[in-house]
Amino acid sequence: MSGEALLKVDNLRLDLVVGSRRFGAVKDVSFSIGRGETFGLVGESGCGKSITALALIGLLRAPLAFGGGRILFKGREIQNLPGSEMRKLRGNAISMIFQEPMTALNPLSPVGRQIAEMFVLHKGATWHEAERKAVEALANVRVPAPDRRVKDYPHQLSGGMRQRVMIAIALACRPDLLLADEPTTALDVTVQAEILELIRDLSAAQGTAVLMISHDLGLIANMCARVGVMYAGRLVEERAAQEVFRAPSHPYTGGLVASLPLLGARASHGRSRLKEISGVVPAVTAFPEGCRFNPRCQARTEICIAEDPEETALPRGGRVRCHHHA
Amino acid sequence: MKLRANLVIGGALFATVVVAGALAPFLAHTDPVMDANLMNAEVAPGSEFWFGTDAQGRDIYSRVLYGARISLTVGIVSQLINTVIGVCLGLSAAYWGGWWDDFVNGLTNLMLAIPSLIFALAIMAILTPGLTSLLIALGLTNWSYTCRLSRASALSLKSQGYVQAAKVLGYGDIRIMLTQILPNILGPIIVIGTLGMGGAVLAEASLSFLGLGIRPPFPSWGSMLSDARDQITTAPWISIFPGLAIFMTVLGLNLLGDGLRDVLDPQSRARTA
Repeated sequence: MSGEALLKVDNLRLDLVVGSRRFGAVKDVSFSIGRGETFGLVGESGCGKSITALALIGLLRAPLAFGGGRILFKGREIQNLPGSEMRKLRGNAISMIFQEPMTALNPLSPVGRQIAEMFVLHKGATWHEAERKAVEALANVRVPAPDRRVKDYPHQLSGGMRQRVMIAIALACRPDLLLADEPTTALDVTVQAEILELIRDLSAAQGTAVLMISHDLGLIANMCARVGVMYAGRLVEERAAQEVFRAPSHPYTGGLVASLPLLGARASHGRSRLKEISGVVPAVTAFPEGCRFNPRCQARTEICIAEDPEETALPRGGRVRCHHHA
Repeated sequence: MKLRANLVIGGALFATVVVAGALAPFLAHTDPVMDANLMNAEVAPGSEFWFGTDAQGRDIYSRVLYGARISLTVGIVSQLINTVIGVCLGLSAAYWGGWWDDFVNGLTNLMLAIPSLIFALAIMAILTPGLTSLLIALGLTNWSYTCRLSRASALSLKSQGYVQAAKVLGYGDIRIMLTQILPNILGPIIVIGTLGMGGAVLAEASLSFLGLGIRPPFPSWGSMLSDARDQITTAPWISIFPGLAIFMTVLGLNLLGDGLRDVLDPQSRARTA
């Protein structure tokens, strides 16, 4: 990480509020993202990746609530910013793209207008000016014939094209940080690769940092310099992407890596059966005592049930939260 | 898309009334108010007076034409007021929720519990009778269905991806409501607005019939009917023609509303696509 961090998340805690009880859906999560850096957040469904992203832009909704910790964006605390201030950041300095390009666009508005609206909203451009910029923005995301496509409605475009439009909208105001929540999950594999390449190229060209959220470890390793692995609301490991693959430190990360299918030659003299991590992520209301991974962990001992492990710095850089880390 | 019969017939009936009202000064034979001539009182329909004359000898054909102006003004303007009130309340209640939603719901239930004509009567009794008072009375008493409808439609859209996306991209609440939600619920609102217009035309006629709407001698279909009560057996044409005009307008608007519903409802559109 170079210089001062763009985003610094410090002991973030997000609570699930049920009646008068609060459950730590996300607990003590800390990470930072440098300017222009691509940071990956990986983990199973329900581990708290998406709500962490929502917390960053101040859009947690009941029953979820902010529970504590600090979010620093460009050195400024933003976790308690009033709505109007936060709205100026959203879409402008911090932007987001979603998993579902099918539903994330307004069906009754031409896509060009939806892009143009960002310039009007955040940059005070006139509609005329904004619509010209929208054509440029569409060209930037490699949509063919952008001057004609701006007049198209979302239903006239394919899933991949719609995700391109979403990216154009999200990056229209040249944000400092782009939150990409499973941006390719709903797309074909070939389109996935194009979209990822697009995100990588554009963020590099604009100097936009990316927080890439995915359950796909392979994708994250391809896109990101550093990776944070989340399990049951905790950041269990945070390291350089290469290291995570080569020598996972946390047993959960090890399980994730081992569960990746091997193809071709490697498969024939590798293992024969796909490995899995037995069990499922526990519900937020039923997180176990001690280490939250202990019921599914093969290296479990007494201490794992009794004590919640602290974060430990790893000798080759990075952190891990495990009593028996490799 | 295949044009539906109800849309065509309803549109044609409504268009006829609109044209009649708009061109009344050119189509009318006499001045509807001034040209009373007791020498011609209660003349049956014929070549000179197409629809006959009333007890004061005024040409009913001309009065029905001018009456279209009042009925349409009342129908359109009061329904516009209702729609604006209903949409603002319903949309904001759905979007903001909380105490505001409870308040709007309570108010809507209250409005639904009181028969709107009785409510309009009460308002008219306070205000001085006249066109403006009529617009206010009818415009404030019929927004509950529009409110219900826009609230329900907006609620289901609130969780849609593009509404969430707009929030993430820094849109303000009002902007989200106007640009993301409103266009997507406009179809059913137009339908219920059109149907409500027929209701407003009827309500105007009822109020004028009861003497609380447009005051004689100005020609409103309702007040014409009211005047014609005494002659209904001796000179039935005095009541038949304004009655027919009301019937045609309301039928036209209802058919038009039904037709629009078929066209604008995404589900029925999907069936025919």
